Amino acid sequence: MTVQRLPERLRVRYTKTGRIRYTSQRDNARAWERALRRARLPIAYSEGFNPRPLLAFSLALPTGCESGAEYTDLRFAIPGERSIGPVVSPEATADDALAVGSLLDALLPDGLTVVTAAPIGEDRTSLQEQVTSCSWIVEVTGMTETELVERVATLLDADSVPIERERKGRRVTDDLRPSIQSLDVEGGGSSPGTFRLNAELATKPRGVRPAELLRGISPNLRLVRANRRAQWIDSDGMRLEPLTHDGRLLGAAAPMAAESGR
Amino acid sequence: MNSLFTKIEPLLFAVEKPARYVGGEMGAQYPSHDPGVVSWLLAYPDTYEIGLPNQGLQILYEILNENPRALAERTYAPWTDMETAMRAEGIPLFSVENHVAARDFDLIAFNLSAELTFTNVLNMLDLGGIPIRTADRGASDTIVLVGGHCTYNPEPMADFVDAVVLGDGEEVVTEITDAVGDWLAIPEDQRTRRDLHRALARVDGVYVPSLYAPVFEGIRQVGLEILDPAAPAVVEKRTVADLGEWPYPKSQLVPLTEVVHDRLNVEVFRGCTRGCRFCQAGMITRPVRERPAAQVADMVANGLERTGYDEVALTSLSTADFSGIEEIVSGIVSDPRNDGRVSVSLPSLRVDAFTVSTAASIGSVRRTGLTFAPEGGTWRMRRVINKLITDDDLFAAVDAAFSQGWRRVKLYFLIGLPTEEDADVLGIARLGARCVEIGKRYHQNVTVTASVGGFVPKAQTPFQWHGQDSKEELERKVAMLRQEARLTRGLQIRWHEPAATVAEGILSRGDRRMGAVIESVWRQGGVFQEWSEHFDLERFTTALDEAGLDLDALTTRTRDEGEVLPWDHLSAGLHPDFLWGEYQDAIAEVGIEDCRWTPCYDCGACTTFGIEHVVASNQPPAGGSQGTGQGLDLSPTPVALSTRPA
Repeated sequence: MTVQRLPERLRVRYTKTGRIRYTSQRDNARAWERALRRARLPIAYSEGFNPRPLLAFSLALPTGCESGAEYTDLRFAIPGERSIGPVVSPEATADDALAVGSLLDALLPDGLTVVTAAPIGEDRTSLQEQVTSCSWIVEVTGMTETELVERVATLLDADSVPIERERKGRRVTDDLRPSIQSLDVEGGGSSPGTFRLNAELATKPRGVRPAELLRGISPNLRLVRANRRAQWIDSDGMRLEPLTHDGRLLGAAAPMAAESGR
Repeated sequence: MNSLFTKIEPLLFAVEKPARYVGGEMGAQYPSHDPGVVSWLLAYPDTYEIGLPNQGLQILYEILNENPRALAERTYAPWTDMETAMRAEGIPLFSVENHVAARDFDLIAFNLSAELTFTNVLNMLDLGGIPIRTADRGASDTIVLVGGHCTYNPEPMADFVDAVVLGDGEEVVTEITDAVGDWLAIPEDQRTRRDLHRALARVDGVYVPSLYAPVFEGIRQVGLEILDPAAPAVVEKRTVADLGEWPYPKSQLVPLTEVVHDRLNVEVFRGCTRGCRFCQAGMITRPVRERPAAQVADMVANGLERTGYDEVALTSLSTADFSGIEEIVSGIVSDPRNDGRVSVSLPSLRVDAFTVSTAASIGSVRRTGLTFAPEGGTWRMRRVINKLITDDDLFAAVDAAFSQGWRRVKLYFLIGLPTEEDADVLGIARLGARCVEIGKRYHQNVTVTASVGGFVPKAQTPFQWHGQDSKEELERKVAMLRQEARLTRGLQIRWHEPAATVAEGILSRGDRRMGAVIESVWRQGGVFQEWSEHFDLERFTTALDEAGLDLDALTTRTRDEGEVLPWDHLSAGLHPDFLWGEYQDAIAEVGIEDCRWTPCYDCGACTTFGIEHVVASNQPPAGGSQGTGQGLDLSPTPVALSTRPA
């Protein structure tokens, strides 16, 4: 697919599945940078001593986890003299954005799959700051279903769920409870002895990783698989996705709307 | 073909950097293991991040997978956390592509680039369920091969390998595939390991240790018995005559996770005749074979387009010596398709202002630090080692670097070189101090780092006879140097652990009796010995004691001219009298010129194999005394910063 016109800013929704889930968020960013260079798309670079391509990802996905809802915001450069590829144009449409999405989809490594893309406006808050919670499906093993159901109920009843974790090289104790918005045992997992949890975890006051949630439930639980099903932006009590499957930006959380609101 | 992936997967959440174990690189191949196809497992005995970029391994990976009679997958040393988990779950060493067990491959071929990885080879074999000792392997066990620079003295590893491959691998892997394929076609109850060994010994460049028996008297090896008529008296290395015929790797692997040298790498020439006497690579890879410039340009353009990398390294032992290096570099930098975002790195920069100006023209994206390797602290020392860089060359290079915006300069040195005096060691600090002084003319704050390694004499070099410094002597010299360097603000000394230098020395020139030592170090838990957090010299000294061997006899003892060396029956083409003559000239502080641009002095590398240098230009490159055919006078060095002197 050839790309004719580029929107200056673009949001891409993609999934991360299969073996590539064992790579880190940093590896993920590098894969995007390579794909953008191969596509000869004129990504904008930051200023300064060590210029970086202007790619902004939503909340980092922990290494090992899959996701059905990852996002990255791209910013393209206003064409320079040397540019030989497509150029940024104010006339770029939603279809142009989709064309960029499919071009990148073909160049990204297996396991990173572009779902959709849409032009976005300028916004002062990053995607990372806007996301308020994430929905997870977490497959675990290490105890019976009855035991697991009991443990989950105990956790939900507790006022606080302290866990130790490392932050910037120091051991700290954090309370998980305020971040657990919902949690239930859905039933058996993909293999015998595994069970599936549904969880919605808030990003504030602190983000919770699936492995940390498990430690909060019981030290005996082992993580088998984890899939981030959705990332949500809370907007006046409504949960909205940063970009829906079908490429729509909705509500006040949508950067376009946010921009016009200011 | 059984994939172990479903067993491996549950371990991956709990280990560091799980991407090491899943493959998925761009360029990775997933060959089907069909009967009659010889299966190779190419192994690097260090972590994935260190091993993946290895160009030799990637070249053979492609050549083998192009051969209908062969297939190749890859494996790397699992980090200790993964190894523990694998052993607990009974999971053997596996390939990263199809996750097939190592023992299900016909061959496992290790790249040996560093002596301190030897124990990892044993560990990987053991983890793979392959008997570590060749003598314990039968007609159905995986065949163990080694190649790479350490194979020029493979005797320490002789007990563990079926065969050793000397020199360039491009052609010989096909011949080995045929020999192994023919042997495997014989019914298992009718074939013997000895038959295999004989067949391999008939392949040029392949050394089969089991067909030879060294004879020892006291601390020395005094002879070598040949046990089979198939075994040649001397095994000569393999040399690819024309690099242009081998444009590999064609599809360099692009890993999903960060590795060292994570960039496009294009080999621009192989071999080096600068003649540095300590340098094993420069001795064993002769003659110089340049890749045609047009092919380099193609490989760079196609490689960048295919991979999306924004950095390309033009690799060789001394890239600034490549004929037409400027045209290649400026071609890459000015290519509009690269949009000014591609940087070129030239590893192994020569020490002169000219190469700095080349570096400046390409360093537009990142300008972090510049590294030079004068190796010796005084001009006298550098004449001994034949690294013919004058102090003025170095100062001009450093001046050029600081004046063009660099603020950090790193200098590589060796200590413990033959004839070294304290003045030579202190010379390192003096050179460093002068460089800081030069830097201060341009910037308020500059850093000059002198990185100091202990010299380990290597097989097939002029210093192969020389006794290395003891640990105590190296420690004394490092302390003396640090003391001197304290006088200069802005000068930092970094040094390689002398204990590790000693261990490297034990393995570098050891004889076949080192097998017991390597096995003992491994059994004591000594893996990843090149990682300082895992290294412990005491395991080596304990192992030497157990084997009744003497540390000093192996390391600090200077060998006699007529003494049998454990690698005498292996040849990189170099005449022994050339090497001995070079050793004597070193002691006499006499230099030798680069034979690319001066008449042949018959080291043997070309004449032994009937080949020649392949260089596009018979003119030495411009630059300081090192570039101009190595004039040894000390006249002022012309410094040209932006244009090449006529």
